[in-house]
Amino acid sequence: MTMAETYQTPDGRTIGGQVMEMKNITLRFGGVKAITDISFDIREGEIRAIIGPNGAGKSSMLNVMNGFYHPQEGEVWFHGKKRGPMKPHQIAKQGIARTFQNIALFSGMSTLDNIMTGRLTHMNTGILKQAMWWGPAEKEETENREVVEKVIDFLEIQTIRKTPVGRLPYGLQKRVELGRALAAEPKLLLLDEPMAGMNVEEKEDMSRFILDVNDEFGTTIALIEHDMGVVMDIADRVVVMDYGKKIGDGSPDEVRNNQDVIDAYLGVAHD
Amino acid sequence: MTSGPTPTGELNTIPRLLARNASVYGDKPAYREKEFGIWQSWNWKQVSEEINALALGLLDMGLNQGDHVAIIGRNRPYFYWAMVAIQSCGAVPVPLYRDAVAEEMAFVLDHCSARFVIAEDQEQVDKVLEVQEGLNMLEQVIYLDPRGMRKYDRSKLHDYKEVQAKGRASGLQAELDARLAVQDFDTTCVMLYTSGTTGRPKGVVLSNRNIVKSGQAVSEFDNLRVDDRVLAYLPMAWVGDFIFTVGQGYWTGFCVACPESPDTMQADLREIGPTYFFAPPRYFEGLLTNVMIRMEDASPMKQRMFKKYMDFAKEVGPKLLDGKPVTFGERMKYALGNILVYGPLKNTLGLSRTRVGYTAGEAIGPEIFDFYRSLGINLKQLYGQTEASVFVTVQPDGEVRADTVGVPAPGVELKISDTGEVFYRSPGAFVEYYKNPESTADTKDAEGWVATGDAGFIEKDSGHLRIIDRAKDVGKMADGKMFAPKYVENKLKFYPNILEAVVFGNEREKCCAFINIDLSSVGNWAERNNIAYSSYQELAGHPQVLSTVQEHVEAVNKSVAEDEMLSGCQIHRFCILHKQLDADDGELTRTQKVRRRIIEEKFKDIIDALYDGSEKISTETEVTYEDGRKGSIKATLELRDAKVFPTAAQRIAAE
Repeated sequence: MTMAETYQTPDGRTIGGQVMEMKNITLRFGGVKAITDISFDIREGEIRAIIGPNGAGKSSMLNVMNGFYHPQEGEVWFHGKKRGPMKPHQIAKQGIARTFQNIALFSGMSTLDNIMTGRLTHMNTGILKQAMWWGPAEKEETENREVVEKVIDFLEIQTIRKTPVGRLPYGLQKRVELGRALAAEPKLLLLDEPMAGMNVEEKEDMSRFILDVNDEFGTTIALIEHDMGVVMDIADRVVVMDYGKKIGDGSPDEVRNNQDVIDAYLGVAHD
Repeated sequence: MTSGPTPTGELNTIPRLLARNASVYGDKPAYREKEFGIWQSWNWKQVSEEINALALGLLDMGLNQGDHVAIIGRNRPYFYWAMVAIQSCGAVPVPLYRDAVAEEMAFVLDHCSARFVIAEDQEQVDKVLEVQEGLNMLEQVIYLDPRGMRKYDRSKLHDYKEVQAKGRASGLQAELDARLAVQDFDTTCVMLYTSGTTGRPKGVVLSNRNIVKSGQAVSEFDNLRVDDRVLAYLPMAWVGDFIFTVGQGYWTGFCVACPESPDTMQADLREIGPTYFFAPPRYFEGLLTNVMIRMEDASPMKQRMFKKYMDFAKEVGPKLLDGKPVTFGERMKYALGNILVYGPLKNTLGLSRTRVGYTAGEAIGPEIFDFYRSLGINLKQLYGQTEASVFVTVQPDGEVRADTVGVPAPGVELKISDTGEVFYRSPGAFVEYYKNPESTADTKDAEGWVATGDAGFIEKDSGHLRIIDRAKDVGKMADGKMFAPKYVENKLKFYPNILEAVVFGNEREKCCAFINIDLSSVGNWAERNNIAYSSYQELAGHPQVLSTVQEHVEAVNKSVAEDEMLSGCQIHRFCILHKQLDADDGELTRTQKVRRRIIEEKFKDIIDALYDGSEKISTETEVTYEDGRKGSIKATLELRDAKVFPTAAQRIAAE
């Protein structure tokens, strides 16, 4: 599906052109095929969900998208350019930020410092200048701190600014991780199961933040999620995967009524 | 200053005080707010400009003289400015409780026929829009935080800053000046809704005379100065907040600081170090409980030092504050204690600089009160109500006691009626209840005497007022003895383990009580003793908790028995409730006062069980969650008997 034109969401947002396009991706780990010939695109300003049962290859897909895995077959196009293999620091600089399924924060550091690490790619002064907090380093830190403080304000975590994240409850740690990703001011935000292990209230909060990020900053979001209810509520378009293959793609309503998707989730009787 | 009113004539309205402050204290900080991790600050000149711009914007939107404008938000400078901007237009600001549920909000908006609402954010705007259907008067909503509001219908919604920008460009300055010129002492300054321990809230109309005179009198009483600073963190709908920040703030021109968010109040308090501080007894209790819990986790060395110096401070600290004679040795020891314990502790509490601190609203436990005073914090009590623009009585420096509420504030006259009810007459006494002449007539007589609804007496020797209870709650037991539930409840609540207590017994033979345990204090105890619990309900039903509370109840009975007049109020049976009393369920008012009648109706089955002698009761109670959904909790409660004691007279008779 290659649509050049923009489209309108039911709630009145205009979704722009392609930000990322995955063309016939196949990813193998030795003999194991994690992803088989998958193609889909992500458009500017949309919330794109990837769902599927356990082991469907969703997280692998996310790793392909941010360049951490390089697929054996197929192409990844980002902002109209084909992307080759990259080094980690190049990955970080491309404007894609992500959160992890298992929280990956520095647990001994404060919330503020953790979110500050998200600004790393925006820091250009050398380590010596930074250590002495001299000249451009001072100016740079002030600018970065300003962005971080806006993120803290946005996520309403002022109370825990100075608290070591190891002491925070799980739901808040997830929020801090989202904060770190936001601090990088990404063009594309990848969320790996942002609501896993949360209670209903925390899920509602997180959904609210995801929608607000999309709405306020216009950030394009791709997310993996298990909770079907959440996905159907917040996503504009959904890709469904099963055993490494794409079995559905479309609006939440289309996907919900897709027979292959129903079979994958509910199981089919084998005669 | 390029625009805004210039000081003219008498200082008899809040906008005129603003003009005075802008020209006299122009460069002094007027407001501070922590945002994005930094304290932002506005001086009086800037504040005057901001308020003027907003007032012009409101005029531009068609605000008429005498209109009511509701304000719903947490303490932020922008809302304080809005109040004065509304006053400048000759309209009346009506601050609401921001945690009010939609239907409570609907009642007030309807009652005052608010045409405009100024709301904080999406959450508050949603509540307003939800109830808007039934409100014909409501026309425009102004919001401060644009977040999440992109998709809303714009025709009735306006951004605060855009309103200001339109105001600056409107060219309506002459009209605004004309409206300012006609205001005087009798112009309505603000309308505040009483929390309503009984029935619907009432709108208390306070004039500029009430606010300015009260602000002036008590600022002078406590020698408040322009470089004082306060932290505004109490609900804006509460009269105390209005008097402290606007009444006294505009009179003296001191700086009002607003916390970053409601949850960061404690940290912000430390950073600001207010010199003038107000908090309800609950706050001081909670703080003390926190200190004690943290001390229990401290090293043995620190614990010993803390205990030693605190015991010493209890003897000497209050004397030093009251200027009573203290030996040189004691002074030296207190100074040492100040370096080792009191100073660091006050710093942690954020009260290092506090010259004057007030508490009011409820009785405060003598131990809690003495704790703060022994640290050298000049904590005092006052007695007041919305109808009086707060101040009825205050404690002067040097005459501070835990069991009285002080002498009449400057300009206040007091009298006690035959029934024991306290009446006052003062410049702060309210104008009327809005649209409620019957209640006005019931409360305020032709000579200006206002009934407080509290029973009390004036001590012969000191002239201090002592409050016993709400006049309507004071009743009689079946045997004719006096029944004053609050007196007993307060004694119970002085125990850190007990958060709330409700005593029943009017026109009955005996008294019984409901208890709410304090989850932080009892929870900490449970943690230290390896007692697992998953909810309030489970902890409340724990046999050891019941036994501890029983000990407290019996100790209270013993002390109640000492008082001949009130000895009938001893508690014969009690239970620990399975849920915390909550304002969302209507059991408490928004200012956390017990609504006796509602509780009596709601838990009738438990009360009956307490009186019929049964040992257990199964019950089911409806609860309202924060988002307005309803649910219910089931529980089986254990009812316990408590020992009662004979009075002194009875003991003699028995011997």
